[in-house]
Amino acid sequence: MKKIKYSEITPEKIYKNRRSFVKSLGLGAGSIAISSIPFLNNASAKNRDELTSYKDITTYNNYYEFGTSKSDPYRNSQIFKTTPWEIAIEGEVEKPIKLSMEEISEMFVSEERIYRLRCVEGWSMVIPWMGFSLSKLLSKVNPTNKAKFVEFESIYDPAQMKGQRYPVLNWPYNEGLRLDEAMHPLTTVVTGLYGKKLPNQNAPLRIFIPWKYGFKSAKAIVKIKFVENMPTSSWMWASPREYGFYSNVNPNVDHPRWSQATERIIGEGVWAPRVKTLMFNGYGDEVANLYAGMDLKKYF
Amino acid sequence: MTKYFKPGVFVLSTIPFVLIVYKIFYNKLGPEPVKEITHFTGEWTLIFICLTLAMSPLKRFTNFNFWIKIRRMLGLFVFFYASLHLLTYVGIDYRFSLQPIFDDVVKKKYIFVGFAAWILLIPLTITSSQKMMFLLKQNWKKLHRLIYVIAILGSLHFIWLSKTIYFKPLIYFVLITVLLVLRINFKRIFNK
Repeated sequence: MKKIKYSEITPEKIYKNRRSFVKSLGLGAGSIAISSIPFLNNASAKNRDELTSYKDITTYNNYYEFGTSKSDPYRNSQIFKTTPWEIAIEGEVEKPIKLSMEEISEMFVSEERIYRLRCVEGWSMVIPWMGFSLSKLLSKVNPTNKAKFVEFESIYDPAQMKGQRYPVLNWPYNEGLRLDEAMHPLTTVVTGLYGKKLPNQNAPLRIFIPWKYGFKSAKAIVKIKFVENMPTSSWMWASPREYGFYSNVNPNVDHPRWSQATERIIGEGVWAPRVKTLMFNGYGDEVANLYAGMDLKKYF
Repeated sequence: MTKYFKPGVFVLSTIPFVLIVYKIFYNKLGPEPVKEITHFTGEWTLIFICLTLAMSPLKRFTNFNFWIKIRRMLGLFVFFYASLHLLTYVGIDYRFSLQPIFDDVVKKKYIFVGFAAWILLIPLTITSSQKMMFLLKQNWKKLHRLIYVIAILGSLHFIWLSKTIYFKPLIYFVLITVLLVLRINFKRIFNK
């Protein structure tokens, strides 16, 4: 009889599990085969609601006031002075007011708000903000009946903000919302991140509008102004053909130079697929009624 | 000594490739890895275009034949890095799903010029050998002037994909323009 070496004998444990072992081999090979077929896995990335890491959220930013590279804002905002800070609410209101950051944090209770962020460049994050609805802050003043839009002006301080020494954009950064958009409960005044105070590249006060491309959510706001006519935002100023006033996330309306149909989730590996971009960034149930009857290709 | 120059330039030219492979396997690409690979290979393509274009002027100014000897190799590295760049976009970014890629090539001008530049590199790569040079005679030189068109398309590709006016794409544009202007024979133009 041929002698069998001990090393050639399958251990009992593996022998008992031989069926599941064979099965898993098959599944493994099968899933590799399936994932190599491009059309089948377009939208099969990991759970798209998984939180982006604190590190990625705070070190991968577009904030041209501090430089045009994604890592610039974190590096160059370390010396940025965020106290004291005052915000003026003015324009078409009965009585303009000025509020300090301390007053604001005493007046309003912040809650955790987990929102998706979709950048116009085609990437996205999921961010656990702390904040409250902008409508609460705006209700501190009484707008006149002329008020149709809300304009947000960010700080202009080239001594602290390197990027503002170059004419990359029309400084100070300017953004705007229609009054009903500004009053929508999803439109958030951000006060914290991951349960902590905001880091310098977001502080001390920014807004966040989850169904719009990221650049609509202005940072370091010093002035909120109620106005009658549609404001011209900094990006509209830079390229009106490419950046519209509304800038709602919309997979069916491409940026003139690149597609908006899909996006990459930040923090995923090299081999992760793109995922399909959702209409209004997935907040259609809440906000689609704001745009009922509007041609979103025209009002992009 | 001079016989080591060419292999030396070859080894140097592969460093960006080794670097990006290392970064892929050791996860050093940051939060948006695919974009990082795309930008890295794209930028090195432009750098090699500039290097290739710099060889003839360098020869003229230094009267040193070495530059012409490495010109072909640098040109082939343009094709190599351009192909890696295209492969990243087609294979890693869009996983060979041809419909969105086709839409991009047709509708998006920056992709169109980039793709056109890569297509134009193919005949240059095929006819790069000594033998082809001999076979094509006068036409070889004419054909290989396509690199001027490719260089312009390449720098437009970079300018058009940027969100706003950035410093870096403009540097390449200026560099390529200077390298092309150096080729104009002003003496001949003014003597006419």
